Amino acid sequence: MAHPKRRTSNQRRDKRRTHYKAVAPTLSSCSNCGAPTLYHRVCGECGFYRGKQAIQKEVAL
Amino acid sequence: MRHGKKFNHLGRQAPHRKAMLANMACSLIEHKRVNTTVAKAKALKKFVEPIITKSKTDSTHSRRTCFRYLRSKEAVTELFREVSVKVADRPGGYTRILKTGFRQGDNAEMCFIELVDYNENMLKDAKTKTSTRKRRGGGKKAAAPAAEVTEADTKAEVVEEAPVVEEPKAEKPAEAKKEEAAPEAKAEEKKEAPKKDDSKEEEKGE
Ligand SMILES: [Zn+2]
Repeated sequence: MAHPKRRTSNQRRDKRRTHYKAVAPTLSSCSNCGAPTLYHRVCGECGFYRGKQAIQKEVAL
Repeated sequence: MRHGKKFNHLGRQAPHRKAMLANMACSLIEHKRVNTTVAKAKALKKFVEPIITKSKTDSTHSRRTCFRYLRSKEAVTELFREVSVKVADRPGGYTRILKTGFRQGDNAEMCFIELVDYNENMLKDAKTKTSTRKRRGGGKKAAAPAAEVTEADTKAEVVEEAPVVEEPKAEKPAEAKKEEAAPEAKAEEKKEAPKKDDSKEEEKGE
């Protein structure tokens, strides 16, 4: 079986990781309360989904 | 090899999984709405919908077949007495999954799964929704100049509340044809107004 010939140096490892980046989520604002929400998610603030009261707030959390 | 076997095992072995799905299906039938993870909800959907379809024919045989899956007398009774009557004219698609965010602890994606016919809130709004679409399409031509005016105002004055006050006035003549539609249209504008303000503020901030 193949084996690594050299231990990966810290520098090589860290340079590889320069391309690992956090991606900001795409947000929209709730049609009811205007709070920032994720797409295809019930609004965490007011429980609206696509202009309808999907869930009561007490139930949501 | 497991080629093409798309079944989600949910990290459990068959008896564990079946027991869990039976419990979840009973809970769904009893409470009409269950808060769970998306993966489980999707598995439950595949599990419970055929059972609900089966319940539409009320016979001893179909009751026993459903009991084999649900393993609960109470759930089977509820299913055949209440649920099957309510979903009688629905050709499948008895459940709705709405994603609600991510769980603290393991960041699992959470959702609600619910019986569609038991959520009066969503049913009602679904009917009005179709009429809303039509009105928006027709009203857009008339609304466009009004929107431009308000945009100019916000840029000039930097007043946040201005569009909320002005838009209803500007759009009233256009919406007057459908009187019953007017209050909803106003409500929509109010919703839209804060959005516009936000976008304006962002532009200024940048
Ligand atoms: Zn909201």
